[in-house]
Amino acid sequence: MSLWHHLISRLPFDWAAFAFMRTALLAVLIASPLFALMGTLVVNNRMAFFSDAIGHASLTGVGLGVLLGLADPFWALLGFGLVLGVAILWLQRITRSAMDTVISLSASFSIALGVALLSRGGRFNQFSRYLVGDLLSITPAEIGQLFVVALVVGGGLLLGYNRILLVGVNESLARSRGVNPWWTQMLFCGAVVMVVTMNLGWVGLLLVNSLLIIPAAAARNLAGNTRQYVLGAAVIATFSGVTGLVLSYYAETATGATIVLVAIGCYVLTLAAQAFRR
Amino acid sequence: MPPSGHHHGVASHQCGECCTTLDHLGVALNGQVVLEDVSLHLHCGELTALVGPNGAGKSTLLRALLGEVAFSGAIHFLPVFGHGREDAPVVGYVPQQLDFDRHSPLSVRDLFACGLSSRPIAVWRSRRDQETARAALAAVEAEHLLDRKAGQLSGGELQRVLLALSLTPPPNLLLLDEPVAGVDLGGREMFYRMVSGLRRRLDLSILMVSHDLPGVASVSDRIVFLERRIMAMGSPSQVLVDPLVRRSFGLDTPAILPA
Repeated sequence: MSLWHHLISRLPFDWAAFAFMRTALLAVLIASPLFALMGTLVVNNRMAFFSDAIGHASLTGVGLGVLLGLADPFWALLGFGLVLGVAILWLQRITRSAMDTVISLSASFSIALGVALLSRGGRFNQFSRYLVGDLLSITPAEIGQLFVVALVVGGGLLLGYNRILLVGVNESLARSRGVNPWWTQMLFCGAVVMVVTMNLGWVGLLLVNSLLIIPAAAARNLAGNTRQYVLGAAVIATFSGVTGLVLSYYAETATGATIVLVAIGCYVLTLAAQAFRR
Repeated sequence: MPPSGHHHGVASHQCGECCTTLDHLGVALNGQVVLEDVSLHLHCGELTALVGPNGAGKSTLLRALLGEVAFSGAIHFLPVFGHGREDAPVVGYVPQQLDFDRHSPLSVRDLFACGLSSRPIAVWRSRRDQETARAALAAVEAEHLLDRKAGQLSGGELQRVLLALSLTPPPNLLLLDEPVAGVDLGGREMFYRMVSGLRRRLDLSILMVSHDLPGVASVSDRIVFLERRIMAMGSPSQVLVDPLVRRSFGLDTPAILPA
C-alpha cells in the first residue's frame, strides 16, 4: 500500500499528490476488470434490469441501516440486496410473470421504502451522497476489503463462467449438461449484489449499474467471441475508470458520473466502428 | 428395416431389451394434471416420435426425463452394458428453438466449451475442447461453423450444432424437443437424415417431440400420440391411419381449392 502511494506520488500530475486520489485510482483499477467480467455475463443473460434493481434497492438498505442505528450501512445494504435478489428470482419462478414486471415491482417497492425511511423528519438531503457517490468514502481499509472481494468474486465468476452462460442460453440444456440452473442463478445474483454493494459508496446508486453494463455493451459491438468480449470489456472499463477519475479531479465533477460519461463515449465509438466495418 | 425389429430375439445385443422405461408416469403442474398414466419403453437403436396437439404434455414428458419436474410413477434407466449407473445415464438434449441473446458474441466454439468443460471460456482456449468440438461438428456436417457466432446461424445450422453438442459425450438417451420447428424444409430434411443415421450408428434410443407428423413418419420407428395420456402408439403406418390422429392433425380435411 505504501509502495503504491510512493510510486504514484512520483507521477508528474497534480492529482497524484493527493492520497485520496491515489487510493481512488487503486479502487478503480481493482473494480473495473471485475465490473467488466461480471457485466459480460449480466448483459448476455439479459439481467441488466435485475442488477439495476439491486442498485436502487440499496436505498432501502441505507434506510434500514439508519433505522438500526448502524454507523456503516454496509451489512444492511448487503443483506437487503440479497433478500431482494432471492425474492425476485423466487417470484419469477412462482408467478411465471414476465421478469421485467417482477423486477419493476420489486424495485418500486424498495425505492419507495428507502425514500420513506430516509425522508423521515425531512432529513433526506444528508443521504444524497449515496445517490451520486463520494470518492472520499474509499478508505485505505476499504481498499483491502475491495481487493479481497474482487479476488473471491472474480475467481468464483471465472470458475462458474461457462455454467452461468449456459444457463442464460437455455436452462434445460444447462441441466442436461449437469448444471443446476437454480443454484447457478442464485450464486450469480449473490455475486452481483456483492459487487454492486461494495462499489456503491464511491459510484453512487444512480449509476452503479452503468459501470456493469456499458463496458460489456461496448465490447460486444466489436467482439467475435467470448474471449474478445471479456478482454474488450475489461480494457474499456479500466480506460473509462482511470480517465473518468482524472477528468473528475480537474472538472470537479462526481467521479461515478464522469466515468460513466467516458464509458458512453467508448460505446458510441464502438458503435461507429461497427457501422464502419460493415 | 421393420420398426423396432433390431433387438427382437437378439439376446446377445449389448444393451438388452429396453433402455428406458416410463412406468405409469404422471405430472401435475400448478394443480393441473398435464400427464397421466404414461407407460412407455424406449429401445436402443430406435427413434420414437412423440406427437400431439399443443399443450398435450410432450415437452413436459421430456422435462420429467431430464429431472426438471416432479412426477409420480417411475422412470428406470437400465444400465448400459459395461458402464453407466442405473440412476445416472448420459442424457443428450436438443432444445426447441433457442430464445437466447442473438447479438451475443458467443461463438459456436464457445458454446461447445461451455457445455463440455468448466475451464472459463472468458480467458481460456483449450486445444482439447477445440478438437472435440471440431470432431463433433464434423459428424453433423457443421465443421465450418466452428468460429461463427451462434446467434447468427440459421435455424437449421444452430440445431445441427446443438445436436453435435448433445452427442458429446455419446449419450444413452437422446431427447429432441421440436428440433426442427422454425427450420426450413431443406434444413429439416438434413436434420432428420442425420438423426436417423445416428440411431443405428450409435445404437441410441431417441425420443423426438414434433409437430411435423408427415416428416417424422418417414424417419421414426415408432410414433406415440400423446394428449395428456397415450392415445395411440405403434409403427408410423399404424399410427398414420388412426382416426383420432388423422382428425387431430387434420389429415382428412380436404385441401381448400380456389374457386
